[in-house]
Amino acid sequence: MDLKEYQGKDLFRRFGVPTSEGRVCVTVEEAVAAAETLGYPVVVKAQVLVGGRGKAGGVRVAATEEALREAAGAILGMDLKGHRVKEVWIEPASDIRREYYASFTLDRTARQYLLMLSAMGGVDIEEVARTHPEAIARVHIDPIDGLTPALAEQAVATAGIDEGREELPAMLGALYRAFVEGDADLVEVNPLIVRSDGKLWALDAKVTLDDSAAFRHPEWEAYRADEELDSREAIARARGLNYIGLEGSVGIIANGAGLAMSTLDVVQQVGGRAANFLDLGGGAGADTMTAALEVIATDPQVRALLVNIFGGITRCDEVARGIVAALERVRLPFPMVVRLDGTNAAEGRAILSSVVSDSIIVEPTMIKAAERAVAEASKAVA
Amino acid sequence: MSIFVDEHTRVIVQGLTGRQGMFHGLRNRAYGTQVVAGVTPGKGGTDVEGIPVFDTVKEAAAATNANASFIVVPPRFAPEAILEAAAAGIPLIVCITEFIPAKDEAMVAAVLRRDYPGTRLIGPNCPGIISPGRCNIGITAGEIARPGGPVGIVSRSGTLTYQALYELSQQGVGQTTCVGIGGDPVPGTTFIDCLAAFEADPETRAVLMIGEIGGQDEELAAAFIAEHMTKPVVAYIAGVTAPPGRRMGHAGAIVSGSSGTAQAKIEALRAAGAIVAQNPTEAGERMVEVVSRLA
Repeated sequence: MDLKEYQGKDLFRRFGVPTSEGRVCVTVEEAVAAAETLGYPVVVKAQVLVGGRGKAGGVRVAATEEALREAAGAILGMDLKGHRVKEVWIEPASDIRREYYASFTLDRTARQYLLMLSAMGGVDIEEVARTHPEAIARVHIDPIDGLTPALAEQAVATAGIDEGREELPAMLGALYRAFVEGDADLVEVNPLIVRSDGKLWALDAKVTLDDSAAFRHPEWEAYRADEELDSREAIARARGLNYIGLEGSVGIIANGAGLAMSTLDVVQQVGGRAANFLDLGGGAGADTMTAALEVIATDPQVRALLVNIFGGITRCDEVARGIVAALERVRLPFPMVVRLDGTNAAEGRAILSSVVSDSIIVEPTMIKAAERAVAEASKAVA
Repeated sequence: MSIFVDEHTRVIVQGLTGRQGMFHGLRNRAYGTQVVAGVTPGKGGTDVEGIPVFDTVKEAAAATNANASFIVVPPRFAPEAILEAAAAGIPLIVCITEFIPAKDEAMVAAVLRRDYPGTRLIGPNCPGIISPGRCNIGITAGEIARPGGPVGIVSRSGTLTYQALYELSQQGVGQTTCVGIGGDPVPGTTFIDCLAAFEADPETRAVLMIGEIGGQDEELAAAFIAEHMTKPVVAYIAGVTAPPGRRMGHAGAIVSGSSGTAQAKIEALRAAGAIVAQNPTEAGERMVEVVSRLA
């Protein structure tokens, strides 16, 4: 789960990373009231989950109430790279002397954490990585040892950072704790600044949390409630399904991420396009299957549905029972093509035989099922 | 021969008394796997259809001479379960649990590397390992696999592993061993580990490799194939049509920028001399051709 800047800064503060106090505002009046408490000049920052907000006009400095009204008014409601801005974050403007970049992530290949640190911050870091790779210090951290002060000092030296080099290791230590104890997949500060008073400061916060660690973070519920999901994604999430809306007309339900992705690929190879990606996950029972059908049934884009199940931990008889149960409750406004293989597949196909019709079709292979679903979808369009 | 397991493998099931543990533990036994014990803290002294249950892995291993563990416990207990098995001296650990936090996986990998270098972890978030006719540890439906070789299979995706087994068996092509390495960010066993083992296994004459978007493991595997594999490799990469930046289920399957894309992986594998198929069915067909040329 990606956090908005103000949520990321909230996480930073909990781990002692120096960052600005501020307020989240949804109206101009709230922004004005916040600025009066915080003191002018303030920065108004659009709270959306996209990078490059500054360049897109989503970040402005206001020295007076009049300027703030104009800035907040312009940013609230604006379309920022396809995201409507519903909230702004107001914080006191910082006097910037230097801009750095710092991030922690997991390097899958090295099986260790990776600290990236650069004296060239405040800009597009992907561009820096491309044009000046040597300007980014990359330091691996063994999960058992953690980020030692010596390692942090080494990173600062490698990055060629001079101003703030005494204080930076401690700040990196706090960021590392936010990353590990906060169960984040990514913690990124760009820019990490040296203010004119010499203090180090996290001026931005980009945080991605590891959804698998939610069980030990009840406090994440607040973030989750605030997530930007479309309505079907929200319903699917509430029912424990992994659903992503796409552009095509063939609905897809599969078990397992690999098979779901592969089904998307095959649908395209036989001339169709997927309307969604819906992965039942491992061990899906009848209830999960029913929920999945209910989610897809409300999708106006779907002209035909392809159910592709290869049972391992998932048992095909349970999937079939879920389909039968769902059909008693939900009228599918489109034909459904089912392919079942693997654990208890014969039992599953036997259960399905009671509902097979012109619009509930069973096909023996993945390719045949994809071809049939694509044909049904194009028939529905014509 | 097979890799990592054979008919002498003696398996304990950590989580045997749970719903999934019981179903798949018993199914593995019915397949012919020597399932010799279960472990569930607090349930020591009981049994599951004649399989004795112990409180700890250490007790179970001491009583049964087990040399493999099948872990089927919830994500919050899985890291500890893996390390308990390693500490008890179990050399092969298969963990099917999904949704283990990435940090926990990284920590487990680091502890295994430092304290138990001789222990092999397969998974987590994987279907397990099957050597058809000899041993099945995990959740693969054994009847879709065909004994006798000559193909070794290694895959990041569970369901695509089944698909691959099925396609080959339908065509009469058997498998030596099929390893599901799992789709998580820090798998215990990698493509390269399996490719190297298959290269060394005289019975395996060709390898089917199934990868997906995200990470760099397929690119590393490609480099290994170019340098060390004398046996033909057929590969399929899932996720060609996956939208960038969206997490497609597996914790690892996220594409950012051009790194980890299906295209990058496909190109690396082609350049390494692997035969790259467009979908699992075509991968099966290509492998059938490869095998017929071997004979």
